Amino acid sequence: MAVFQSVFDIIGPVMVGPSSSHTAGAVRIGLAARSIFGEQPEEVDITLYGSFGHTYRGHGTDLALIGGLLGRATDSDEIRYAYDLAEKEGLKVNIKVSDRNVDHPNTAHIVMFAGDRSMNMTACSVGGGMINIIRIDGFRVRVSFDNPTVLFFYRDRTGMIARVTRILADHSINVSRMQVARKESGTQALMTIATDGIIPERVMAEIRSISELGPIISLSELMREPDQAPVNGSTAQESRRPQS
Amino acid sequence: MKLYPKNFATAIHNCNLSGISLSRYFLDIEIVLNETPEAVILKKMEKNLSVMEKAAAKGIAGVTSFSGLTGGDAKRLAAFRTKGSPFGDSLYLEGMIKSLAVNEVNAAMGVICATPTAGSSGVLPGVLLTIRDRLHLSRRAQINFLITAGGSGILIANQASISGAEGGCQAEVGSASAMTAAALVEAAGGTPSQSGHALAIALKNLLGLSCDPVASLVEVPCIKRNAIGVVNAIAAAEMALAGIESRIPVDEVIQAMGSIGRMMPMALRETALGGLAQTPTACRMTSMLQEEGHIPWPFPAARSDER
Repeated sequence: MAVFQSVFDIIGPVMVGPSSSHTAGAVRIGLAARSIFGEQPEEVDITLYGSFGHTYRGHGTDLALIGGLLGRATDSDEIRYAYDLAEKEGLKVNIKVSDRNVDHPNTAHIVMFAGDRSMNMTACSVGGGMINIIRIDGFRVRVSFDNPTVLFFYRDRTGMIARVTRILADHSINVSRMQVARKESGTQALMTIATDGIIPERVMAEIRSISELGPIISLSELMREPDQAPVNGSTAQESRRPQS
Repeated sequence: MKLYPKNFATAIHNCNLSGISLSRYFLDIEIVLNETPEAVILKKMEKNLSVMEKAAAKGIAGVTSFSGLTGGDAKRLAAFRTKGSPFGDSLYLEGMIKSLAVNEVNAAMGVICATPTAGSSGVLPGVLLTIRDRLHLSRRAQINFLITAGGSGILIANQASISGAEGGCQAEVGSASAMTAAALVEAAGGTPSQSGHALAIALKNLLGLSCDPVASLVEVPCIKRNAIGVVNAIAAAEMALAGIESRIPVDEVIQAMGSIGRMMPMALRETALGGLAQTPTACRMTSMLQEEGHIPWPFPAARSDER
């Protein structure tokens, strides 16, 4: 269960109707997927489970997911025209509904394609517009946005975790939750680090200079106010400053 | 890692210990926990308040939902009030108009502020935008109202749920009404403990409420239920201000709501597979909406009919 920590999780988000979990949460799932992919996909396969699958048309869940994938924020009045937007902006959308039982009633699985790249993400909308990401590219994760979260992809090898966390420690950045997953020894691995407070850009730059690190994806700001949500493709690749 | 207080009893205890209001208490936590200066929080909340005002005004002028199924009821009730209700004017009537207005805007895919969800977004503004004139609340006092409601909502969300898919409508309109009642008590000069009783009373009144919307749209019965959330919140606040206490402590009521939600069958948790959504009239409405292209085939209700 998500742990709510801010009055703005309850009084907010400012959003287009009609459902916070099925519309606003879905926009954020779309935005998170776009951020993780790092650019706008050319094609997406979306699978909807549980209540998402049963009620998506009435709630505009499909419109909301597509709107998010196109970088629109939760309060964008363009969301209701998401299919037209997708056509205009070159995003091909395939939507499927699955009867398979899942842990959370509002679950979406998104596979994104661009050129020869593809990535996938599974996320749930847990109420009030809050979301949890539970899978990225086959890695089991738990990104719940109660703290700023950064994803580090890298080739599994000894010492990588220590190198990243040492830099954080040197700058007195406290890790609140950390998770490491890999497919097999020596293959692609994913380190998920949630911190108390956003990692400043100069620290991110230092981490990026570790040569064996792959893509770094910062998801810190997705749950903030709509006007702070990423609008252009790769904005989430950078760690942004706190809004204050 | 610093965390939010576990329950309402802790919040009341800490308020009494330092002699502060719930809004001051929740604001202080917000500042520390989210490392945000007070001025930024107040400004952000002010923005949310203005979204509520705009939505209410838009809805009273009259809107039609995205599906065409609902709309115009806020306008209808406002005209009724202007003409003069046979029962006389009341706070309740004005609150109902504003809550219908905001929730009709939500169904029209207009911009609203979720409180705590979009489906229940009419309850809090319905109360706040009505009582603020009667209580002569300053702008800051209105923002305090939102902070107390928000903090109370967190305590509900973390101990139970605010999602219709998880806990039915009791988790949405029930939570909205309960957190609004707590804020209303403070705005009217009540104590933190009275806010707790108001929250408990309001939530108890809506326990067990199912989420069974027609054609899975956030319209029938959601919109009118927001008006009931208003009436219930004001009634609970008045009882608490009179010194009436909830016999069951507030946190136990919240946990009971969570437990009822977990026992609720899936058909009554935002799937449109049971209850009102499966009445003959609802099924006819659903087919009509499908034929008009508002909701496409295959719709789960229709699918289960075939089998």
